[in-house]
Amino acid sequence: MLQARPGFRQFFGVRPRDKVKASIALRQSSGFLFQVALTLLGLLAVTFFIGRVVPIDPVLAVVGDQAPRDVYEAVKRELGLDQPLWWQFWVYVKKMAAGDFGQSLLTNRPVIEDIKRVFPATLELATFATIIGVALGVPMGIAGAVWQDRWPDQLVRVVGLVGYSVPIFWLGIIGLLVFYGILGWVQGPGRLSVFFEDMVPVVTGVILIDAAIAREWEVFWNAFGHVVLPSAVLGYFSIAYIARMTRSFMLEQLNQEYIITARAKGVSEARIIWVHALRNVSVPLVTVIALSYARLLEGAVLTETVFAWPGLGRYLTTALLAADMNAVLGATIVVGLVFVGINLLSDLLYRLLDPRAK
Amino acid sequence: MSDHAKQGWRARLLSETPRSRREAKLGQAYRGWLQFRQNRLALLGLAIVVALIVIAVLAPWIAPHHPHEENLAQRLLPPGTGAHLLGTDEFGRDILSRIIYGARVTLYIVVLVALIAAPIGLIVGTAAGYLGGWLDAALMRVTDVFLSFPSLILALAFVAALGPGIENAVIAIALTSWPPYARIARAETMTIRNSDFIAVARIQGAGTGRILFRHVMPLCVSSLTVRVTLDMAGIILTAAGLGFLGLGAQPPMAEWGAMVSSGRRYILDQWWVATIPGLAIFIVSLAFNLLGDGLRDVLDPRQKK
Repeated sequence: MLQARPGFRQFFGVRPRDKVKASIALRQSSGFLFQVALTLLGLLAVTFFIGRVVPIDPVLAVVGDQAPRDVYEAVKRELGLDQPLWWQFWVYVKKMAAGDFGQSLLTNRPVIEDIKRVFPATLELATFATIIGVALGVPMGIAGAVWQDRWPDQLVRVVGLVGYSVPIFWLGIIGLLVFYGILGWVQGPGRLSVFFEDMVPVVTGVILIDAAIAREWEVFWNAFGHVVLPSAVLGYFSIAYIARMTRSFMLEQLNQEYIITARAKGVSEARIIWVHALRNVSVPLVTVIALSYARLLEGAVLTETVFAWPGLGRYLTTALLAADMNAVLGATIVVGLVFVGINLLSDLLYRLLDPRAK
Repeated sequence: MSDHAKQGWRARLLSETPRSRREAKLGQAYRGWLQFRQNRLALLGLAIVVALIVIAVLAPWIAPHHPHEENLAQRLLPPGTGAHLLGTDEFGRDILSRIIYGARVTLYIVVLVALIAAPIGLIVGTAAGYLGGWLDAALMRVTDVFLSFPSLILALAFVAALGPGIENAVIAIALTSWPPYARIARAETMTIRNSDFIAVARIQGAGTGRILFRHVMPLCVSSLTVRVTLDMAGIILTAAGLGFLGLGAQPPMAEWGAMVSSGRRYILDQWWVATIPGLAIFIVSLAFNLLGDGLRDVLDPRQKK
């Protein structure tokens, strides 16, 4: 309301209460940033622990158990393992902060380069899945709340229950069998069919966008045919989660008194649902959507394996099987960063959208 | 006669004036069961879980073949051919027998993870909630770090360091699944730490350890049980995912996730090899979800809608 009157502030000057509020907001947000920093540090501590402490002897992992004593000592010094643990951790944090994840054993390239190359594929998959999740999950959740305990509600319940119980890799395989093997509606595994590969110049790394920029519509549709099934499988889990949350948020709103007032005034039911209630639901919903986007990264590891999708998840699992620890920990840290980043973003969005949170 | 006796114990269980402590406890459990029985889906879940346990225990007697018995002459047979009710896999092993033995592996993983993770969470959570102060802050920060991270990825990194294998998969899953239990135990502890009976125990000279173990922890068990049961499905899915990636149980062990993975190559021509083990995973984790929902309604009435 205050913003509607631009003269207000100049007239009264900056009110002391505003200053207090601003400082509280600053303290809260600095505490918040402190928490984020602490979480990131914890993340690094966990990966440091996994990489340096869990293997019985990291030096043996490098030189093998046949190495002579002096080689062993030299490698140990070179790795910095003769230093105290806290110093090793400090060196590790500095390296990670500079984006130096080390060399991948498998590809012989810096891990960070590899991750830059594979990340757009995962991003493409997760974005499509989220679009599917929002487009179907939100209306389903609303229907479930409006027709509570009737069939739309039961449907939401069943979709949710199956979503929490079905192994995603199995769903992907079934999807391939039915939609690719039997019906032939979609393309098979991979991002592009072999004869379309390397036909468009890489601009963003997201093939759909690159193909659209190059106006290669055949490539575009081929890539689309490849992305539909994996993102639908992944998106199913978003649908389950988003629908469930939308339903409970909606139910909470529909039981509020302002809804009864609106009904008493004679506002149409459609307007009550889509305007009055949905507007109040939209704020927590944004958080849920952001969180589901982050959770998709986890599902992407298994989905990418099933669909031979050359993204971060597949990079991670290939590195795992080759015991390429630099690549494994690099990918783990990147996933963790994205996770923390999305949490941070959803929190900021929440503060921005919800006037009560200020 | 027996009918009369039945009436007798029912009435005694449901009576408002129990004659002993044990009778009161039994009466409470019986009332819980009566309420649980109303929920048909939860009963179905319970039945499937019981069936899983029975199958796992009796596996050597009910499996028609040995799970590792290979017969290359009879590889990739469709379901229902000859002595193979669910067909055979790429080595000619009987899929039904492997599913039956796989129940053992699944149960083994789930039980071990629950036995490791729940006590860790319980101890961390009650200690943090009861003692408060910097210990609380530090423990909860650690919990937050684990919670702010996708558990499958973290489990993958642990397995990568420890090396593939079923024991390491159990350790990895347990290490990543205790934080929610710690959160729950802490929240419960916060609500009871200022109650009178704790103060009385303290005045009577009970030490911190005794109060935590004898007075606080027992009260956290019921909500923790619900959460563990609800998490069983997630644990099964994570374990199956690790198996699918080749990081869990190693061949030739009959593990459902690994069976899906090896059957994947034949999916277009021999669909049953990958489909049937996946169905087993789905049914069992569905059962745990249904059971957990039912238990929540009985044991944790506050969370009821």
